[in-house]
Amino acid sequence: MSGDAGAPRGGTGDAPAVRCLGLRHRFGEHVAVDGIDLVVERGEVFGLLGPNGAGKTTTIRVLNTLLPLQEGSVHVFGNDVADAPMAVRRLLGYVPQQLSIEAALTGRENVAWFARLFDVPRRERPARVDDVLEAMGLADAADRLAGTYSGGMVRRLELAQALVNRPALLVLDEPTIGLDPVARDGVWQRVEELRQATGMTVLLTTHYMEEADALCDRVALMHLGRIRAQGEPEELKAARGPGTTLEDVFRHHTGSLLGGADTKGGLREIRTTRRTAGRVG
Amino acid sequence: MSADPGVAPVGTSVEGAGTAAVAPWRRYPARVATFCLVELQKLSHDRTKLLTRAVQPVLWMVIFGETFNKLHAIPTGHVPYLAFLSPGIIAQSGLFVAIFYGIQIIWERDAGVLTKLLVTPTPRSALILGKSFAAGIRASAQVAVVLVLSAILGVHLSDDPLDIVGAFLVVMLGSAFFSCLSMTIAGVVLKRDRLMGIGQMITMPLFFASNALYPVAIMPGWLRVLSRVNPLSYEVDALRGMLIGSPAHLGEDVAVLVAAVVAGVAAASSLVSRLAR
Repeated sequence: MSGDAGAPRGGTGDAPAVRCLGLRHRFGEHVAVDGIDLVVERGEVFGLLGPNGAGKTTTIRVLNTLLPLQEGSVHVFGNDVADAPMAVRRLLGYVPQQLSIEAALTGRENVAWFARLFDVPRRERPARVDDVLEAMGLADAADRLAGTYSGGMVRRLELAQALVNRPALLVLDEPTIGLDPVARDGVWQRVEELRQATGMTVLLTTHYMEEADALCDRVALMHLGRIRAQGEPEELKAARGPGTTLEDVFRHHTGSLLGGADTKGGLREIRTTRRTAGRVG
Repeated sequence: MSADPGVAPVGTSVEGAGTAAVAPWRRYPARVATFCLVELQKLSHDRTKLLTRAVQPVLWMVIFGETFNKLHAIPTGHVPYLAFLSPGIIAQSGLFVAIFYGIQIIWERDAGVLTKLLVTPTPRSALILGKSFAAGIRASAQVAVVLVLSAILGVHLSDDPLDIVGAFLVVMLGSAFFSCLSMTIAGVVLKRDRLMGIGQMITMPLFFASNALYPVAIMPGWLRVLSRVNPLSYEVDALRGMLIGSPAHLGEDVAVLVAAVVAGVAAASSLVSRLAR
């Protein structure tokens, strides 16, 4: 695969963490992402908001190289996802929507597995694994099989896996879906602590507006494959008048409610969401 | 929210972020070693799998093997039928384990694990190669089972360490190919139940159209042709050469198996991304 050897580890110059220009992606006749422009600056927490079928996950999957780039351009810290996918992957930590741990391994083995896959040098590996498990509050449970973890612990273990390579960009796809409020708070608290401690850029998708409002520096509201509005949550709300919530802003720009009857989430996406919610439930 | 001073410094600035690229010649063996290690770790946490996977070879050896050993129905020259059969059962056990390995990759797709693996700096081909040798680790446990069982049944197999190590390597290669075949089918059909159906459909033909149970010399012409293009026959031939000292074409056998693994890795790695879409 091209674009690996000698690729810049931290990206080029002052390039933003993510720059999408005219990104369009189709599945057959269905246009999932319809020509979006998006810039995520270094060090910010950026939320991609919208209901199932808005195109959030497709956007994430193009920028993390899971889906091929069909139209437009996407750069991660200046690295073109089409030309330098391996350089992009080295900069990413990714937590997908599904609960994605190996239940037959211990927490420590799950994290060490990803440390090896990211080529963390052997002499640094044990300390790195311990560090991320400690930071995620899993040190005491590290040697238990991950299949015995609660939903919130699984999410934190996934964060530990995503962080073990010290990513410049942490990508979280619906990280709190299906979690109870306490577990959700736990996940966000860890993300916020990390971001404060490291200055890491975080790109997340969610359809929980109140969470995005509290955590994100900037948000983009997506609906039917397009970005309908973007900016700081306070700025977007202020533009609609006092007492406005982010959900009101979304309704204004899209004419629909999150999760409303006119959302276009595909069967597979909805099934994935329900399966995840069921597994953590 | 303020930073907790107790939080370990798990990240860094962008300039120091990520991990350095490693040379491709190091990456492939490193990934194979990683996936094999993970397979061993899983086995160490659930040793019942070793027992359940041992049932089938035991049945073949004890029931089928003992019976045909007494019947003398299959001409194997001066070699007792049980000794002739043992390498065939080792290869067959590996085949049965590997041919359903694609189900695991579909399960990993459904669980989101495959998605995460595909976002690591691992070329698709290294991922498939690693997984195929992990399947080989699973299958090679059968070698140990059949070797022990053969000793209990009074079958004399080679006790030369080189032959035994060679047998493990040949089973790894054979199983790696059949797991690639399974992962290739998984990349085409994308669903577990379809793969189960196809796996069941092709397993027995692959087994019977090989020299695992009977020598090629007694096969009808059309079956000899199938046996000739069946990698399982080359695996069995090599195992017989090493374990019972029968005339074998070791160089040709290993070359065919290596070529089959290369082709299998190429096919499966070209399709694996379909599973993540």
